[in-house]
Amino acid sequence: MIIETGHFALLLALAVAAYQMVVPLYAATRGDERLMRVAASSAVMQFLLLCLSFAVLTWAYVTSDFSVLNVWANSHSAKPMIYKISGVWGNHEGSMLLWVLILALFSAAVAAFGTNLPPGLKARVLSVQGSISFAFLSFIVLVSNPFQRLDQVPAQGKGLNPILQDPALAIHPPLLYGGYVGLSVAFSFAIAALIEGRVDAAWARWVRPWTLAAWMFLTAGISMGSWWAYYELGWGGWWFWDPVENASFMPWLIATALLHSAIVVEKRNSLKVWTILLAILAFSLSLIGTFIVRSGLLTSVHAFAVDPERGVFILLILCFFIGGALALYAWRAPQLKAGGLFSPISREGALVVNNLLLTAGAAAVFIGTLYPLVLEAITGNKISVGPPYFNFTFGILILPLLVLVPLGPMLSWKRADVWAATQRLWLAGAIALVATLIPVIAQVRGPWLAPLGIGLGMWLIAGSLVELAGRIKLFQAPVTTSLARLKGLPGQAIGMMLAHLGVGVMVLGVVAVTAWRVEVGVAMKPGDVVEVAGTRITYVGESPHTGPNYSATVGRFKVESGNRPVAELTSEKRIFLPSRQPTTEVGIYSFWTGDLYISMGDEALGGGRNVRAYFNPLVTLIWFGTVIMFIGGGISLMDRRYRIGAPKRAATVAVPAE
Amino acid sequence: MTRKQQRSAFIVTGLVILGLAAALVLTALRDTIVFFYTPSEVVEKKVEPGVRFRLGGLVKDDSIEKLADAKVRFTVTDTDKTLVVDYDGTLPDLFREGQGVVTEGKLLPSGVFEADTVLAKHDENYMPKEVADALKAKGVWKEGDKKAQ
Repeated sequence: MIIETGHFALLLALAVAAYQMVVPLYAATRGDERLMRVAASSAVMQFLLLCLSFAVLTWAYVTSDFSVLNVWANSHSAKPMIYKISGVWGNHEGSMLLWVLILALFSAAVAAFGTNLPPGLKARVLSVQGSISFAFLSFIVLVSNPFQRLDQVPAQGKGLNPILQDPALAIHPPLLYGGYVGLSVAFSFAIAALIEGRVDAAWARWVRPWTLAAWMFLTAGISMGSWWAYYELGWGGWWFWDPVENASFMPWLIATALLHSAIVVEKRNSLKVWTILLAILAFSLSLIGTFIVRSGLLTSVHAFAVDPERGVFILLILCFFIGGALALYAWRAPQLKAGGLFSPISREGALVVNNLLLTAGAAAVFIGTLYPLVLEAITGNKISVGPPYFNFTFGILILPLLVLVPLGPMLSWKRADVWAATQRLWLAGAIALVATLIPVIAQVRGPWLAPLGIGLGMWLIAGSLVELAGRIKLFQAPVTTSLARLKGLPGQAIGMMLAHLGVGVMVLGVVAVTAWRVEVGVAMKPGDVVEVAGTRITYVGESPHTGPNYSATVGRFKVESGNRPVAELTSEKRIFLPSRQPTTEVGIYSFWTGDLYISMGDEALGGGRNVRAYFNPLVTLIWFGTVIMFIGGGISLMDRRYRIGAPKRAATVAVPAE
Repeated sequence: MTRKQQRSAFIVTGLVILGLAAALVLTALRDTIVFFYTPSEVVEKKVEPGVRFRLGGLVKDDSIEKLADAKVRFTVTDTDKTLVVDYDGTLPDLFREGQGVVTEGKLLPSGVFEADTVLAKHDENYMPKEVADALKAKGVWKEGDKKAQ
């Protein structure tokens, strides 16, 4: 009975979505303000209904109700509680339900916090949100019903794929979906603006916080996924240029571009047409991402068993929204009024270059990801496009951007003096130069590009700090003045500084681990010693272990550095009960200089264990950098100007451009 | 600067970056893509030693052999032809005999395929699409196998 309540709530939510899609749009066209107000209440209603529906499914998982097909296929009563709950979205049906739940959450948030939006704009935005929700709810109700019952109730479930039973992966999908779906708000604002024929600074201020929130979720989600792959897949890689990863990376790139171009709309009332296009593209790529992950059309190392028929349904939704949005754009965008002028050498100019390079980078990733599919459809040849392609194209396109990042904030709006801006960065340049020379002088072996990469990372970090120091007049004014200025800085300025600094920290990690990683593969018997990057690893031995839903062989390793014991690491081979699926748990010890990473293999020829040990220099900085970026986003989001200054739009009545 | 000049500057920069990106993409696509072959296709197409490609098929039963230095040797079959693969690296947890596999590497002059990558799978029931298609073409494997969970 409870299960049926969840299903019923889902159907009701579908009906509410249909209402939310049609009525506010009609009311906005008619200019009927009272009727427009139903948009907000139906958005909240839809959210509550989906909460109920989601809670019911979670209840079914928590109580291991195997009469529900979805629970039976993905859960097991011996699973720890956290994985019973994360199992709700660890499968296709449940993850789609989470998708629409987060969509409804964003709609409800727009309804609740957007009290200062002009009624027409708000009604149209919520109507577009309603249409997206309607499409995906139909998809769930028609072909991916999570509440389907089984006629005969099995005694035990089949269990969740053990590789997904991990804390990082339990929260990875909600974060990633928060990003994907959060971009729908920017999309809806863009569509509403196209319908109204009006984009101005106020519009940009309304859109930017939502984009920023989505960008933060996306950053955290991608980072979490990368970290999981690093410690769970057992060979220490952190990014694979795999279709599923690219699917989340492309919207991230476009969302980053959108964040920057929205600043130009807000501050200078320029680049409007382009910003609208980015808003449409960002969410379109999110939809494509969902499609790639859920259709299984592309071979991915991360692929899960999927059902191609469902892919067609998502493809139709995709075509409707992307095609419809671009058609509306082609029709209405030329009617938007052009904004402020600027010289090519200016803050605006720098932001344009940022946008072009980010978009070009996203396009290169897009082509590489989808090319195999197109080629196979045309010629029948099966090919794969791997890391060499992406490293080459994306690397070359993104390098100039990284070099230019510290320069951008130094340029003034409208017309700037490059020489003056460069002079202000002399200290950052000097630091970068020293950082480049250190590995060269220390004669660290590795690719010749690596020292330059380290220099680039330090250039970004120092550039951000110099920019901040300049703003607060550090060392130019008394310390108390500087502190007062720091306190008075808008959140947006500190946020930007931190985000750029985070990129620099991440670059350091990426360069170091790519250039100077050490890998050793060896067969070890108890007592054997292997040396990796100056640390001695002794294989102590192995013992059996039994977990809640798996049995394991635990290998113990003693780690010594400079004759001093550092740690005892364990690596496990686990066999999970329901499916007999094996997994590997690696042992990681983080030094200041990098991670020692031990992964136990199978039994070696002639007794003992095959063991692989890696030293991954500075690898933690990759994720630490994304954390800094995330915090920067958060501080920028809390900027009070978005809450207080934003609502005022010029008093003229919005007249749709005819 | 007039509006017209601003627009031209925007368009020219855009075209330059687009041109650069297109050139990069085309060069990279020509040099870095790898083809996917089954053991039969390797014979048919007379693939030269040293050319990188992906080899896919089933891991032949009783063919996994451990070599010294944590290396491993196994045979990939499409039930018609077979190819011996040497691999130096960690095998994915889900690698096992009788299951689909995709490896990447090159042929040695001796005729052995030297793989540097064995693609990891995350799911028991997952069959790489290329392998599934190739096996379907041979009539060895049917769609139903995947769904029979």
